[in-house]
Amino acid sequence: MTNEAVAGKAAPSRLDVRSLAKSYGAGAKAKVIIEDLTFTVETGEVVCIVGPSGVGKTTLLKCLAGLQPASSGTAAIDGRVIDGPPPEMALVFQDYNRSLMPWLTVRKNLMLPLRHLRLPAAETRERCNDALAAVGLEHAEHQYPWQLSGGMQQRVAIARALAYRPEILVMDEPFASVDAQTRFDLEDLCLKIRKDFNMTVLVVTHDIDEAVYLSDRVVVLGSKPARVLTTIDVDLPSPRDQITTRSLPEFAALRTDVLSLIKRPA
Amino acid sequence: MRKTLYVLLGVGTPVVLLAAWFVASAGSTNTFFPPLSYILERFQELWLFAHFSSDILVSLLNLVIGFALAAVIGVGLGFVLAMLPKVGGYVDPVIHFFRSIPPVALVPIFVSLIGFGIEMRIASITLAAVFPTLIATVDGLRGVDSTLKDVSAVYRLSTGEKIIRVFLPAAGPHIASGLQVSLQTAFVVMIASEMLGPSQGIGAMTLLAQQSFMIADMWSGIILLGVIGFIANMLFELGRRRLLAWYIGSRRLARAQ
Repeated sequence: MTNEAVAGKAAPSRLDVRSLAKSYGAGAKAKVIIEDLTFTVETGEVVCIVGPSGVGKTTLLKCLAGLQPASSGTAAIDGRVIDGPPPEMALVFQDYNRSLMPWLTVRKNLMLPLRHLRLPAAETRERCNDALAAVGLEHAEHQYPWQLSGGMQQRVAIARALAYRPEILVMDEPFASVDAQTRFDLEDLCLKIRKDFNMTVLVVTHDIDEAVYLSDRVVVLGSKPARVLTTIDVDLPSPRDQITTRSLPEFAALRTDVLSLIKRPA
Repeated sequence: MRKTLYVLLGVGTPVVLLAAWFVASAGSTNTFFPPLSYILERFQELWLFAHFSSDILVSLLNLVIGFALAAVIGVGLGFVLAMLPKVGGYVDPVIHFFRSIPPVALVPIFVSLIGFGIEMRIASITLAAVFPTLIATVDGLRGVDSTLKDVSAVYRLSTGEKIIRVFLPAAGPHIASGLQVSLQTAFVVMIASEMLGPSQGIGAMTLLAQQSFMIADMWSGIILLGVIGFIANMLFELGRRRLLAWYIGSRRLARAQ
Protein backbone atom coordinates (compact mmCIF):
# COMPACT_ATOMS: atom_id res chain seq x y z
CA MET A 1 0.00 0.00 0.00
CA THR A 2 1.35 3.39 -0.91
CA ASN A 3 0.18 6.85 -0.01
CA GLU A 4 -0.43 7.56 -3.69
CA ALA A 5 -2.96 4.73 -3.78
CA VAL A 6 -5.26 6.62 -1.45
CA ALA A 7 -4.21 10.13 -2.42
CA GLY A 8 -7.27 10.49 -4.63
CA LYS A 9 -9.57 9.77 -1.70
CA ALA A 10 -11.24 12.67 0.06
CA ALA A 11 -10.85 13.14 3.79
CA PRO A 12 -12.08 10.11 5.77
CA SER A 13 -15.39 10.22 7.59
CA ARG A 14 -16.27 11.99 10.80
CA LEU A 15 -18.20 10.29 13.58
CA ASP A 16 -20.65 12.31 15.64
CA VAL A 17 -22.26 10.88 18.75
CA ARG A 18 -25.04 13.07 20.16
CA SER A 19 -26.77 12.35 23.49
CA LEU A 20 -26.63 8.64 22.81
CA ALA A 21 -28.38 6.51 25.41
CA LYS A 22 -29.09 2.82 25.65
CA SER A 23 -31.16 0.94 28.15
CA TYR A 24 -32.71 -2.50 28.24
CA GLY A 25 -36.25 -3.05 29.41
CA ALA A 26 -38.72 -0.30 30.15
CA GLY A 27 -40.35 1.53 33.05
CA ALA A 28 -39.09 1.05 36.59
CA LYS A 29 -37.19 -2.11 35.72
CA ALA A 30 -35.24 -0.51 32.87
CA LYS A 31 -31.51 -1.07 33.10
CA VAL A 32 -29.63 1.97 31.85
CA ILE A 33 -26.32 0.98 30.29
CA ILE A 34 -25.40 4.24 28.59
CA GLU A 35 -26.65 7.63 29.70
CA ASP A 36 -26.25 10.59 27.42
CA LEU A 37 -22.93 10.12 25.60
CA THR A 38 -21.70 12.94 23.43
CA PHE A 39 -18.37 13.01 21.62
CA THR A 40 -16.94 13.49 18.16
CA VAL A 41 -14.22 11.74 16.24
CA GLU A 42 -12.90 14.26 13.72
CA THR A 43 -11.86 13.17 10.28
CA GLY A 44 -8.51 11.38 10.31
CA GLU A 45 -8.26 11.33 14.10
CA VAL A 46 -7.40 8.43 16.36
CA VAL A 47 -9.67 8.55 19.40
CA CYS A 48 -9.57 6.08 22.26
CA ILE A 49 -12.46 5.47 24.59
CA VAL A 50 -11.25 4.32 28.01
CA GLY A 51 -13.28 3.29 30.95
CA PRO A 52 -13.35 0.69 33.68
CA SER A 53 -14.39 -2.79 32.63
CA GLY A 54 -18.11 -3.40 32.59
CA VAL A 55 -18.80 0.24 31.77
CA GLY A 56 -20.78 -0.63 28.64
CA LYS A 57 -18.09 -0.07 26.04
CA THR A 58 -19.16 -3.08 24.01
CA THR A 59 -22.79 -1.91 24.06
CA LEU A 60 -21.62 1.48 22.82
CA LEU A 61 -19.73 -0.13 19.95
CA LYS A 62 -22.73 -2.23 19.00
CA CYS A 63 -24.78 0.95 18.75
CA LEU A 64 -22.08 2.68 16.69
CA ALA A 65 -21.76 -0.33 14.36
CA GLY A 66 -25.51 -0.39 13.83
CA LEU A 67 -25.86 -3.82 15.43
CA GLN A 68 -28.20 -2.48 18.10
CA PRO A 69 -30.49 0.55 17.97
CA ALA A 70 -29.85 3.33 20.48
CA SER A 71 -32.67 4.02 22.94
CA SER A 72 -32.33 7.74 22.32
CA GLY A 73 -29.88 10.16 20.78
CA THR A 74 -27.96 9.50 17.59
CA ALA A 75 -24.66 8.42 16.16
CA ALA A 76 -23.95 9.78 12.69
CA ILE A 77 -21.24 9.40 10.08
CA ASP A 78 -20.71 12.57 8.04
CA GLY A 79 -24.16 13.70 9.14
CA ARG A 80 -25.97 10.47 8.19
CA VAL A 81 -27.59 8.80 11.18
CA ILE A 82 -26.48 5.19 11.70
CA ASP A 83 -29.48 2.85 11.60
CA GLY A 84 -27.73 -0.34 10.44
CA PRO A 85 -24.14 -1.42 9.78
CA PRO A 86 -22.65 1.55 7.86
CA PRO A 87 -20.83 0.66 4.62
CA GLU A 88 -17.87 2.92 5.44
CA MET A 89 -17.14 1.23 8.77
CA ALA A 90 -15.06 -1.84 9.58
CA LEU A 91 -14.86 -3.40 13.02
CA VAL A 92 -12.03 -5.38 14.62
CA PHE A 93 -13.28 -7.55 17.46
CA GLN A 94 -11.49 -8.46 20.65
CA ASP A 95 -11.76 -12.21 20.23
CA TYR A 96 -9.73 -12.89 17.13
CA ASN A 97 -10.24 -16.62 17.50
CA ARG A 98 -14.01 -16.13 17.37
CA SER A 99 -14.20 -13.41 14.73
CA LEU A 100 -12.26 -15.15 11.94
CA MET A 101 -13.80 -17.95 9.90
CA PRO A 102 -11.85 -21.09 10.83
CA TRP A 103 -12.91 -22.87 7.62
CA LEU A 104 -11.37 -20.21 5.38
CA THR A 105 -7.71 -19.58 4.71
CA VAL A 106 -6.29 -16.19 5.60
CA ARG A 107 -6.74 -14.82 2.08
CA LYS A 108 -10.29 -16.17 1.80
CA ASN A 109 -11.13 -14.58 5.15
CA LEU A 110 -10.07 -11.26 3.65
CA MET A 111 -12.09 -11.89 0.50
CA LEU A 112 -15.38 -12.84 2.19
CA PRO A 113 -16.56 -9.26 2.96
CA LEU A 114 -15.52 -8.10 -0.52
CA ARG A 115 -17.77 -10.51 -2.43
CA HIS A 116 -20.89 -8.43 -2.25
CA LEU A 117 -18.99 -5.31 -3.37
CA ARG A 118 -18.66 -7.02 -6.78
CA LEU A 119 -15.23 -5.61 -7.46
CA PRO A 120 -13.21 -6.68 -10.50
CA ALA A 121 -11.13 -9.76 -9.61
CA ALA A 122 -7.90 -7.79 -10.04
CA GLU A 123 -8.98 -5.18 -7.52
CA THR A 124 -10.02 -7.80 -4.97
CA ARG A 125 -6.60 -9.40 -5.38
CA GLU A 126 -4.82 -6.08 -5.04
CA ARG A 127 -6.77 -5.06 -1.96
CA CYS A 128 -5.95 -8.38 -0.29
CA ASN A 129 -2.28 -8.12 -1.26
CA ASP A 130 -2.06 -4.58 0.10
CA ALA A 131 -3.80 -5.49 3.33
CA LEU A 132 -1.63 -8.58 3.88
CA ALA A 133 1.51 -6.58 3.15
CA ALA A 134 0.43 -3.83 5.56
CA VAL A 135 0.19 -6.31 8.44
CA GLY A 136 3.22 -8.33 7.29
CA LEU A 137 1.39 -11.59 6.62
CA GLU A 138 1.99 -12.18 2.89
CA HIS A 139 3.62 -15.50 3.72
CA ALA A 140 0.62 -16.79 5.68
CA GLU A 141 -2.11 -16.21 3.09
CA HIS A 142 -2.79 -19.90 2.46
CA GLN A 143 -2.77 -20.91 6.11
CA TYR A 144 -5.82 -21.23 8.30
CA PRO A 145 -6.27 -18.76 11.18
CA TRP A 146 -6.04 -21.51 13.79
CA GLN A 147 -2.56 -22.39 12.53
CA LEU A 148 -1.34 -18.91 13.50
CA SER A 149 -0.38 -17.35 16.84
CA GLY A 150 -2.80 -15.02 18.61
CA GLY A 151 -1.00 -11.88 17.49
CA MET A 152 -0.94 -13.07 13.89
CA GLN A 153 -4.65 -13.89 14.03
CA GLN A 154 -5.41 -10.37 15.19
CA ARG A 155 -3.29 -9.10 12.28
CA VAL A 156 -5.49 -11.15 9.96
CA ALA A 157 -8.57 -9.54 11.50
CA ILE A 158 -7.00 -6.11 10.96
CA ALA A 159 -6.07 -7.04 7.38
CA ARG A 160 -9.66 -8.10 6.73
CA ALA A 161 -10.80 -4.67 7.89
CA LEU A 162 -8.16 -2.95 5.71
CA ALA A 163 -9.10 -4.89 2.58
CA TYR A 164 -12.64 -3.61 3.09
CA ARG A 165 -11.17 -0.07 2.76
CA PRO A 166 -13.21 1.54 5.52
CA GLU A 167 -13.23 5.24 6.22
CA ILE A 168 -13.73 4.54 9.89
CA LEU A 169 -11.96 1.68 11.60
CA VAL A 170 -13.46 0.75 14.95
CA MET A 171 -11.58 -1.59 17.26
CA ASP A 172 -12.99 -3.23 20.38
CA GLU A 173 -10.24 -4.02 22.89
CA PRO A 174 -8.18 -5.22 19.94
CA PHE A 175 -4.98 -6.00 21.79
CA ALA A 176 -6.38 -7.24 25.09
CA SER A 177 -5.81 -10.92 24.37
CA VAL A 178 -2.21 -10.87 23.20
CA ASP A 179 1.08 -10.76 25.11
CA ALA A 180 2.80 -7.47 25.97
CA GLN A 181 5.45 -7.50 23.24
CA THR A 182 2.87 -8.35 20.56
CA ARG A 183 0.65 -5.62 21.93
CA PHE A 184 3.37 -3.00 21.37
CA ASP A 185 3.88 -4.23 17.80
CA LEU A 186 0.15 -4.13 17.09
CA GLU A 187 -0.17 -0.62 18.55
CA ASP A 188 2.52 0.61 16.20
CA LEU A 189 0.87 -1.26 13.35
CA CYS A 190 -2.37 0.52 14.19
CA LEU A 191 -0.72 3.95 13.94
CA LYS A 192 1.02 3.04 10.68
CA ILE A 193 -2.07 1.75 8.87
CA ARG A 194 -4.12 4.70 10.01
CA LYS A 195 -1.69 6.93 8.12
CA ASP A 196 -1.16 4.64 5.12
CA PHE A 197 -4.83 3.87 4.62
CA ASN A 198 -6.11 7.35 5.51
CA MET A 199 -8.73 6.32 8.05
CA THR A 200 -10.49 7.71 11.06
CA VAL A 201 -9.84 5.32 13.95
CA LEU A 202 -11.85 4.69 17.10
CA VAL A 203 -10.39 2.31 19.67
CA VAL A 204 -12.12 1.09 22.79
CA THR A 205 -9.72 -0.04 25.49
CA HIS A 206 -9.38 -0.40 29.23
CA ASP A 207 -5.61 0.14 29.01
CA ILE A 208 -4.83 3.76 29.89
CA ASP A 209 -1.23 3.70 28.62
CA GLU A 210 -2.42 2.28 25.33
CA ALA A 211 -5.10 4.96 25.02
CA VAL A 212 -2.61 7.78 25.62
CA TYR A 213 -0.03 6.24 23.30
CA LEU A 214 -2.42 5.76 20.36
CA SER A 215 -4.68 8.76 20.60
CA ASP A 216 -5.08 12.25 19.35
CA ARG A 217 -7.84 12.44 21.92
CA VAL A 218 -8.94 10.27 24.82
CA VAL A 219 -12.60 10.05 25.81
CA VAL A 220 -12.80 8.98 29.45
CA LEU A 221 -15.97 7.16 30.44
CA GLY A 222 -17.40 6.84 33.91
CA SER A 223 -19.53 3.84 34.78
CA LYS A 224 -22.99 2.81 35.90
CA PRO A 225 -24.38 4.10 33.65
CA ALA A 226 -21.73 5.04 31.11
CA ARG A 227 -21.21 8.75 30.57
CA VAL A 228 -18.36 10.94 29.35
CA LEU A 229 -16.29 12.17 32.31
CA THR A 230 -14.02 14.24 30.18
CA THR A 231 -12.20 14.45 26.87
CA ILE A 232 -8.44 14.89 26.94
CA ASP A 233 -6.44 16.15 23.98
CA VAL A 234 -3.18 14.28 23.55
CA ASP A 235 -0.60 16.44 21.83
CA LEU A 236 2.36 14.13 22.05
CA PRO A 237 4.82 14.45 19.15
CA SER A 238 4.36 12.27 16.11
CA PRO A 239 5.54 9.73 14.99
CA ARG A 240 5.21 7.99 18.29
CA ASP A 241 7.71 5.49 19.56
CA GLN A 242 7.20 2.84 22.20
CA ILE A 243 10.36 3.86 24.09
CA THR A 244 10.79 7.60 23.65
CA THR A 245 7.10 8.56 23.65
CA ARG A 246 6.35 6.51 26.72
CA SER A 247 9.26 8.07 28.63
CA LEU A 248 8.17 11.66 27.98
CA PRO A 249 7.06 13.59 31.07
CA GLU A 250 3.96 14.69 29.14
CA PHE A 251 3.05 11.02 28.65
CA ALA A 252 3.30 10.39 32.37
CA ALA A 253 1.24 13.51 33.13
CA LEU A 254 -1.51 12.48 30.70
CA ARG A 255 -1.76 8.95 31.99
CA THR A 256 -1.95 10.30 35.55
CA ASP A 257 -4.80 12.60 34.51
CA VAL A 258 -6.75 9.77 32.96
CA LEU A 259 -6.01 7.35 35.76
CA SER A 260 -7.10 9.75 38.49
CA LEU A 261 -10.37 10.35 36.62
CA ILE A 262 -11.10 6.67 36.33
CA LYS A 263 -9.97 5.82 39.86
CA ARG A 264 -12.04 8.57 41.45
CA PRO A 265 -15.25 7.16 42.89
CA ALA A 266 -18.11 8.21 40.67
CA MET B 1 6.29 -47.42 14.35
CA ARG B 2 3.27 -47.03 16.55
CA LYS B 3 1.16 -46.09 13.55
CA THR B 4 2.23 -49.22 11.68
CA LEU B 5 1.15 -51.24 14.68
CA TYR B 6 -2.29 -49.67 14.68
CA VAL B 7 -2.72 -50.24 10.94
CA LEU B 8 -1.71 -53.88 11.39
CA LEU B 9 -4.21 -54.20 14.25
CA GLY B 10 -6.95 -52.57 12.20
CA VAL B 11 -6.45 -54.75 9.15
CA GLY B 12 -5.28 -57.84 11.00
CA THR B 13 -8.08 -58.22 13.54
CA PRO B 14 -10.90 -58.85 11.01
CA VAL B 15 -8.63 -61.16 9.01
CA VAL B 16 -7.81 -63.20 12.12
CA LEU B 17 -11.48 -63.32 13.16
CA LEU B 18 -12.53 -64.49 9.68
CA ALA B 19 -9.78 -67.10 9.67
CA ALA B 20 -10.85 -68.31 13.11
CA TRP B 21 -14.46 -68.57 11.94
CA PHE B 22 -13.31 -70.39 8.80
CA VAL B 23 -11.24 -72.94 10.71
CA ALA B 24 -13.65 -73.43 13.60
CA SER B 25 -16.64 -73.96 11.30
CA ALA B 26 -14.75 -76.14 8.80
CA GLY B 27 -16.34 -79.49 9.65
CA SER B 28 -19.51 -78.08 11.22
CA THR B 29 -22.67 -80.14 10.94
CA ASN B 30 -24.68 -77.71 13.10
CA THR B 31 -27.63 -76.59 10.98
CA PHE B 32 -27.49 -73.00 12.24
CA PHE B 33 -23.72 -72.58 11.88
CA PRO B 34 -22.76 -74.05 8.51
CA PRO B 35 -19.08 -73.99 7.45
CA LEU B 36 -17.92 -70.54 6.35
CA SER B 37 -16.58 -72.06 3.16
CA TYR B 38 -20.13 -73.10 2.24
CA ILE B 39 -21.54 -69.67 3.22
CA LEU B 40 -19.00 -67.99 0.96
CA GLU B 41 -19.87 -70.36 -1.86
CA ARG B 42 -23.54 -69.43 -1.50
CA PHE B 43 -22.52 -65.76 -1.24
CA GLN B 44 -20.88 -65.97 -4.62
CA GLU B 45 -23.77 -67.85 -6.23
CA LEU B 46 -26.46 -65.60 -4.78
CA TRP B 47 -25.01 -62.13 -4.91
CA LEU B 48 -22.24 -62.23 -7.53
CA PHE B 49 -24.12 -61.48 -9.66
CA ALA B 50 -27.39 -63.39 -9.95
CA HIS B 51 -29.36 -61.10 -7.65
CA PHE B 52 -27.18 -58.06 -8.13
CA SER B 53 -29.54 -55.92 -10.16
CA SER B 54 -32.77 -57.50 -8.96
CA ASP B 55 -32.04 -57.11 -5.25
CA ILE B 56 -28.74 -55.43 -4.32
CA LEU B 57 -29.23 -52.48 -6.65
CA VAL B 58 -32.83 -52.06 -5.56
CA SER B 59 -31.81 -51.95 -1.91
CA LEU B 60 -28.94 -49.56 -2.53
CA LEU B 61 -31.09 -47.25 -4.60
CA ASN B 62 -33.70 -47.06 -1.83
CA LEU B 63 -30.97 -46.35 0.68
CA VAL B 64 -29.34 -43.62 -1.38
CA ILE B 65 -32.59 -41.87 -2.36
CA GLY B 66 -34.05 -42.13 1.14
CA PHE B 67 -30.88 -40.84 2.77
CA ALA B 68 -30.42 -38.02 0.25
CA LEU B 69 -34.01 -36.86 0.74
CA ALA B 70 -33.59 -37.04 4.51
CA ALA B 71 -30.37 -35.01 4.32
CA VAL B 72 -31.89 -32.27 2.17
CA ILE B 73 -35.13 -32.06 4.16
CA GLY B 74 -33.31 -32.31 7.51
CA VAL B 75 -30.81 -29.54 6.77
CA GLY B 76 -33.39 -27.33 5.01
CA LEU B 77 -36.03 -27.66 7.71
CA GLY B 78 -33.33 -27.28 10.36
CA PHE B 79 -32.37 -23.91 8.89
CA VAL B 80 -35.99 -22.76 8.84
CA LEU B 81 -36.57 -23.78 12.46
CA ALA B 82 -33.28 -22.31 13.70
CA MET B 83 -33.84 -19.02 11.89
CA LEU B 84 -37.34 -18.67 13.30
CA PRO B 85 -36.63 -19.17 17.00
CA LYS B 86 -40.26 -18.70 18.03
CA VAL B 87 -41.57 -21.35 15.63
CA GLY B 88 -38.65 -23.60 16.58
CA GLY B 89 -39.55 -23.38 20.26
CA TYR B 90 -43.13 -24.53 19.60
CA VAL B 91 -42.13 -27.29 17.20
CA ASP B 92 -39.35 -28.72 19.40
CA PRO B 93 -41.57 -31.03 21.53
CA VAL B 94 -43.26 -32.44 18.42
CA ILE B 95 -39.91 -33.19 16.82
CA HIS B 96 -38.64 -34.89 19.95
CA PHE B 97 -41.83 -36.94 20.19
CA PHE B 98 -41.48 -38.26 16.64
CA ARG B 99 -37.76 -38.71 17.09
CA SER B 100 -38.44 -40.93 20.12
CA ILE B 101 -40.50 -43.42 18.11
CA PRO B 102 -38.19 -46.29 17.12
CA PRO B 103 -37.67 -45.76 13.38
CA VAL B 104 -38.61 -49.32 12.49
CA ALA B 105 -42.01 -48.85 14.14
CA LEU B 106 -42.87 -46.34 11.42
CA VAL B 107 -42.72 -48.95 8.67
CA PRO B 108 -46.17 -50.53 9.40
CA ILE B 109 -47.83 -47.10 9.18
CA PHE B 110 -46.39 -46.57 5.74
CA VAL B 111 -47.36 -50.05 4.64
CA SER B 112 -50.99 -49.28 5.52
CA LEU B 113 -50.81 -45.85 3.94
CA ILE B 114 -48.90 -46.46 0.72
CA GLY B 115 -48.67 -50.24 0.41
CA PHE B 116 -45.61 -52.37 -0.14
CA GLY B 117 -44.04 -50.57 -3.08
CA ILE B 118 -40.78 -48.73 -3.45
CA GLU B 119 -42.52 -45.50 -2.45
CA MET B 120 -43.31 -47.00 0.95
CA ARG B 121 -39.71 -47.99 1.50
CA ILE B 122 -38.23 -44.68 0.46
CA ALA B 123 -40.82 -42.79 2.51
CA SER B 124 -40.07 -44.87 5.63
CA ILE B 125 -36.32 -44.46 5.19
CA THR B 126 -36.64 -40.72 4.66
CA LEU B 127 -38.94 -40.09 7.58
CA ALA B 128 -36.87 -42.14 10.00
CA ALA B 129 -33.55 -40.70 8.83
CA VAL B 130 -34.66 -37.08 8.77
CA PHE B 131 -34.73 -36.55 12.53
CA PRO B 132 -31.06 -36.98 13.48
CA THR B 133 -30.01 -34.53 10.75
CA LEU B 134 -32.84 -32.11 11.55
CA ILE B 135 -32.04 -32.00 15.27
CA ALA B 136 -28.28 -31.75 14.70
CA THR B 137 -28.77 -28.91 12.20
CA VAL B 138 -30.94 -26.91 14.59
CA ASP B 139 -28.46 -27.49 17.44
CA GLY B 140 -25.50 -26.59 15.25
CA LEU B 141 -27.09 -23.38 14.02
CA ARG B 142 -28.21 -22.31 17.49
CA GLY B 143 -24.62 -22.80 18.62
CA VAL B 144 -23.08 -20.52 15.99
CA ASP B 145 -20.91 -17.98 17.79
CA SER B 146 -22.56 -14.58 18.19
CA THR B 147 -19.28 -12.92 17.18
CA LEU B 148 -19.52 -14.55 13.74
CA LYS B 149 -23.05 -13.18 13.40
CA ASP B 150 -21.79 -9.70 14.33
CA VAL B 151 -18.92 -10.00 11.84
CA SER B 152 -21.38 -10.99 9.10
CA ALA B 153 -23.60 -8.03 9.93
CA VAL B 154 -20.80 -5.45 10.21
CA TYR B 155 -19.38 -6.49 6.85
CA ARG B 156 -22.88 -6.40 5.42
CA LEU B 157 -22.97 -9.93 4.02
CA SER B 158 -26.17 -10.72 2.14
CA THR B 159 -28.64 -13.21 3.60
CA GLY B 160 -27.52 -15.80 1.05
CA GLU B 161 -23.87 -15.29 1.96
CA LYS B 162 -24.67 -15.56 5.65
CA ILE B 163 -26.48 -18.86 5.11
CA ILE B 164 -24.10 -20.49 2.63
CA ARG B 165 -20.74 -19.03 3.68
CA VAL B 166 -21.12 -18.54 7.43
CA PHE B 167 -23.93 -20.52 9.05
CA LEU B 168 -23.64 -23.69 6.99
CA PRO B 169 -19.88 -24.16 7.50
CA ALA B 170 -20.07 -23.04 11.15
CA ALA B 171 -22.73 -25.68 11.83
CA GLY B 172 -20.96 -28.16 9.53
CA PRO B 173 -19.40 -30.39 12.20
CA HIS B 174 -22.77 -30.75 13.97
CA ILE B 175 -24.60 -31.42 10.71
CA ALA B 176 -22.07 -34.08 9.72
CA SER B 177 -22.57 -35.93 13.01
CA GLY B 178 -26.33 -35.82 12.44
CA LEU B 179 -25.95 -37.10 8.88
CA GLN B 180 -23.83 -40.00 10.08
CA VAL B 181 -26.58 -41.11 12.50
CA SER B 182 -29.14 -40.59 9.72
CA LEU B 183 -27.15 -42.87 7.45
CA GLN B 184 -27.18 -45.65 10.03
CA THR B 185 -30.90 -45.15 10.64
CA ALA B 186 -31.58 -45.20 6.89
CA PHE B 187 -29.68 -48.48 6.62
CA VAL B 188 -31.68 -50.14 9.41
CA VAL B 189 -35.00 -48.98 8.00
CA MET B 190 -33.98 -50.02 4.49
CA ILE B 191 -33.62 -53.62 5.69
CA ALA B 192 -36.70 -53.50 7.91
CA SER B 193 -38.86 -52.12 5.11
CA GLU B 194 -37.83 -55.02 2.89
CA MET B 195 -38.86 -57.59 5.48
CA LEU B 196 -42.54 -56.75 5.07
CA GLY B 197 -44.69 -57.83 2.15
CA PRO B 198 -43.77 -59.71 -0.97
CA SER B 199 -40.72 -57.69 -1.83
CA GLN B 200 -37.32 -57.50 -3.39
CA GLY B 201 -34.09 -56.48 -1.75
CA ILE B 202 -31.30 -57.86 0.38
CA GLY B 203 -33.44 -57.79 3.53
CA ALA B 204 -36.24 -59.68 1.80
CA MET B 205 -33.82 -62.28 0.40
CA THR B 206 -32.25 -62.78 3.81
CA LEU B 207 -35.60 -63.21 5.54
CA LEU B 208 -36.82 -65.54 2.82
CA ALA B 209 -33.69 -67.70 3.22
CA GLN B 210 -34.29 -67.94 6.96
CA GLN B 211 -37.97 -68.83 6.48
CA SER B 212 -37.14 -71.51 3.93
CA PHE B 213 -34.43 -72.91 6.21
CA MET B 214 -31.57 -72.05 3.85
CA ILE B 215 -29.30 -71.03 6.69
CA ALA B 216 -26.15 -70.56 4.60
CA ASP B 217 -28.06 -68.17 2.33
CA MET B 218 -29.25 -66.26 5.35
CA TRP B 219 -25.68 -65.94 6.62
CA SER B 220 -24.50 -64.77 3.23
CA GLY B 221 -27.19 -62.03 3.32
CA ILE B 222 -26.02 -60.93 6.75
CA ILE B 223 -22.42 -60.80 5.55
CA LEU B 224 -23.45 -58.73 2.53
CA LEU B 225 -25.35 -56.27 4.75
CA GLY B 226 -22.31 -55.97 7.00
CA VAL B 227 -20.06 -55.25 4.02
CA ILE B 228 -22.46 -52.66 2.58
CA GLY B 229 -22.87 -50.94 5.95
CA PHE B 230 -19.11 -50.84 6.39
CA ILE B 231 -18.50 -49.39 2.93
CA ALA B 232 -21.28 -46.82 3.31
CA ASN B 233 -19.81 -45.61 6.57
CA MET B 234 -16.32 -45.51 5.09
CA LEU B 235 -17.45 -43.44 2.09
CA PHE B 236 -19.24 -41.08 4.45
CA GLU B 237 -16.13 -40.71 6.61
CA LEU B 238 -14.00 -39.97 3.52
CA GLY B 239 -16.40 -37.22 2.49
CA ARG B 240 -16.52 -35.81 6.00
CA ARG B 241 -12.74 -35.65 6.24
CA ARG B 242 -12.56 -33.77 2.97
CA LEU B 243 -15.26 -31.25 3.76
CA LEU B 244 -14.36 -30.75 7.41
CA ALA B 245 -10.58 -30.87 7.05
CA TRP B 246 -10.41 -27.43 8.70
CA TYR B 247 -12.36 -28.66 11.71
CA ILE B 248 -10.44 -31.90 12.13
CA GLY B 249 -7.14 -30.04 11.73
CA SER B 250 -8.03 -27.32 14.24
CA ARG B 251 -9.23 -29.86 16.79
CA ARG B 252 -6.07 -31.90 16.43
CA LEU B 253 -3.96 -28.76 16.91
CA ALA B 254 -5.99 -27.69 19.95
CA ARG B 255 -5.49 -31.10 21.54
CA ALA B 256 -1.76 -31.04 20.86
CA GLN B 257 -1.36 -27.69 22.63
